[in-house]
Amino acid sequence: MSDRYAQITRLPVAGQLVKNLGLPQPPELERWEPGMPVVDGPVLLGAAAGGRLAPPVARLLAAIGAEVHTELGGEARAAAADAGLDAKVFNGETAGEQRFKALVFDASGITTSDGLAALHAFFSPAIRRVSPSGRVIVLGTPPEDAGDPREATAQRALEGFERSVAKEVKRGATAQLVYVRPGAEGAIESTLRFLLSPKSAYVSAQVIRIAKPVATATVDWERPLDGKVAAVTGASRGIGAAIAEVLERDGATVIRIDVPQAGSSDLPLDVTADDAPQQLAAYVSDHHGGLDAIVHNAGITRDKTLGRMRPDQWASVLDVNLASQERMNDALLDGGLLRANGRIVTVSSISGIAGNAGQTNYATSKAGVAGMVAAWAPVLAKRKLTINAVAPGFIETQMTARVPFALREAGRRMNSMSQGGLPVDVAEAIAWFASPASGGVNGNVVRVCGQSLLGA
Amino acid sequence: MPPTAPRRVAVLGGNRIPFARSNGAYAAASNQDMLTTAIDGLVERFGLEGERLGEVAAGAVLKHSRDFNLAREAVLGSRLAPDTPAYDVQQACGTGLEAVALVANKIALGQIDVAIAGGVDTTSDAPIAVNEDLREILLELNRARTNAERLKAVAKLRPWHITPEIPRNAEPRTGMSMGDHTALTAREWGITRAEQDELAARSHQNLAAAYDRGFFDDLITPYLGLERDQNLRADSSVEKLAKLKPAFGGEDGTMTAGNSTPLTDGASVVLLASEEWAREHGHEILATFVDHETAAVDYVDGGEGLLMAPSYAMPRLLERNGLKLQDFDFYEIHEAFAAQVLATLKAWEDPVFCKQRLGLDAPLGSIDSDRLNVNGGSLGAGHPFAATGGRIVGSLAKMLHERPGSRGVISICAAGGQGIVAIMEGPQA
Repeated sequence: MSDRYAQITRLPVAGQLVKNLGLPQPPELERWEPGMPVVDGPVLLGAAAGGRLAPPVARLLAAIGAEVHTELGGEARAAAADAGLDAKVFNGETAGEQRFKALVFDASGITTSDGLAALHAFFSPAIRRVSPSGRVIVLGTPPEDAGDPREATAQRALEGFERSVAKEVKRGATAQLVYVRPGAEGAIESTLRFLLSPKSAYVSAQVIRIAKPVATATVDWERPLDGKVAAVTGASRGIGAAIAEVLERDGATVIRIDVPQAGSSDLPLDVTADDAPQQLAAYVSDHHGGLDAIVHNAGITRDKTLGRMRPDQWASVLDVNLASQERMNDALLDGGLLRANGRIVTVSSISGIAGNAGQTNYATSKAGVAGMVAAWAPVLAKRKLTINAVAPGFIETQMTARVPFALREAGRRMNSMSQGGLPVDVAEAIAWFASPASGGVNGNVVRVCGQSLLGA
Repeated sequence: MPPTAPRRVAVLGGNRIPFARSNGAYAAASNQDMLTTAIDGLVERFGLEGERLGEVAAGAVLKHSRDFNLAREAVLGSRLAPDTPAYDVQQACGTGLEAVALVANKIALGQIDVAIAGGVDTTSDAPIAVNEDLREILLELNRARTNAERLKAVAKLRPWHITPEIPRNAEPRTGMSMGDHTALTAREWGITRAEQDELAARSHQNLAAAYDRGFFDDLITPYLGLERDQNLRADSSVEKLAKLKPAFGGEDGTMTAGNSTPLTDGASVVLLASEEWAREHGHEILATFVDHETAAVDYVDGGEGLLMAPSYAMPRLLERNGLKLQDFDFYEIHEAFAAQVLATLKAWEDPVFCKQRLGLDAPLGSIDSDRLNVNGGSLGAGHPFAATGGRIVGSLAKMLHERPGSRGVISICAAGGQGIVAIMEGPQA
């Protein structure tokens, strides 16, 4: 599971050799630990004229006690003033060695392709000032919600900008695009806290949509899941174990579910069994009276090229990875066991997005998960519930440790971080979806892949 | 019995000697000599010879200990009546304007009818003190009562005690020069070299134009061969200023000898009176000194820039007088450094500064830059610390008189994190 190459590149002599040979130099990614600030360094806030998101962003930055800088004049500065921030002044021409832990830009005011010049004006003097493990966040309006085709065009253009910036920033820094629907300005906090913080260490080049929240909640940001009950399938090891730990860290009571042979779990259960949905429903009902989040993490691979794949290899993968989730969801929903402001969080994969030779079964199941998220999101919103998925890339687990060496090295390096992610990186994203404050995050599939080249 | 309501305070005129660069034309001139010359010029212009004035208030920032009674000595050396009382004022670069404010208040209250306020400074004829160690030994020697004690004190003398204490242009609490402090402010406000050089060039050009059209003819008494300010470069330009190396703020600093005021020698005085006194003595009232406000900031621990106090004083002055920052025809902002002026203007425009630091609901806003230091400022004229206030009040009074119904405002920053601002009005239109 350990990435020896990455460790070696950090040694003095070998590191120099790696540099001289032009080999990838995986940066050490900062990861979050309790007690750490959301963003450990100055934040540069900017806004295109006419935007609507600088005020809520400024209020968030004030709430997390960030050291905020803005250019003089303009809407970001006015927003900072209104948020009570004693913001410092940034002028690229005179800023010397000034560095930023995060650059945040409200692009919602851009309504024409000409207006996209505002991106260059803000980021060009600042982009090389991003610290290691820094953050670049662009906020915009979902093109489908734009007022006219020109605005939709300009807003859609933000994606190409953000994905290219993600590839330019290096040294463990990430870039994200957050599309905020009109009226959802007040729902950005949990997402921005996640994206600004080291919790999103291995998440980059993503496009996240935020809608009006299905329900609102005030949370203790140190323990947002306090008093909540979450069930996690496949929880005994690997990513599932990390998910359970992080949810517990955030205050949740976790029901660990795994197949009986996996050993320690709260509810030994083969999720594909005929009575699995009923067993789950009964357990939840008996022990907790209801559930605030179900995390469908259990998944298997049975890799074979399609011509050589047996029907049972196809069927088991589809059943574990997709169909069982649908059945369990039905049981929980029909039983009214998912409480208001509840969460369904599931796991897709970059294979499901990009496709992968030898994984027709797996990729089909994982693309199906993405489809399930998209299809159910509007339905669940009416019941004050959300559904979202993470799509992990190369994560250092026992499963990926079994991948042949050459393929494994390729998987590790072929992303903007030049390294695999850790189970905790997936778990942090799931905890963000699961947070009661994430009521505006619905129908998203967010990759935890370090901007993998696959399916990008 | 003094009048019950404060009286209007008239500014009747100003006079100064041309300002000289440090160790230049006035290298051997004393503060007392320069101040006396400035006063006598005013005496001559206003026929004050042998007159007993209510008082003379003036000061110097760099002062010899023998000049403890500088203003009074200058009066005695002048052609004013020797029974004119005087006192010294010191508020760093705010001295001149603070002196004006002090006598204005007494005139307003009816305690005096006419006064001269002003200031003088020399950085050439500077007060050098003996080495601090030597001073202690000499004091010990002075206290000694026996020869043994005297010998003991003398035995402590060392060759290096000959090194004198020279006054430094540094803040005692930070050890940083004013320029280095302002370099921090310039960086904080993102002020560019180009902006500063532009302001400096305009200061020289405006001052030169003012001389050329005779604006200073009745405001200046030539002294020691100087008829114009020695620092003035009529041909100053942004291009020329751009060639200078940074003087403060390190290698990539934006502040140069061109956009910072040089050390300067000079003196200025202003004649103020009640309107009744002016009329009785047949003098035209150039302007009214309306009000002033001082402020100070914590530049030591409070994170505010050393020279940002005028930004704080201004909104308080405006509110008390029911005015907006835009309600003025002339803005006289002392150009200690171009960066100080620019930072002040940016601060007033900035919603963050105005809300968080000044506690205002909205920014004070922008000013019309064509109304700023229209007859030149300290970058062109130079800045003999205590003499700058008098230079500005005298010039502004004349500008206001030239345009009836106009209004002007003064802003002067000072060492120690202090600042003073004032409002003056011209005759009614």
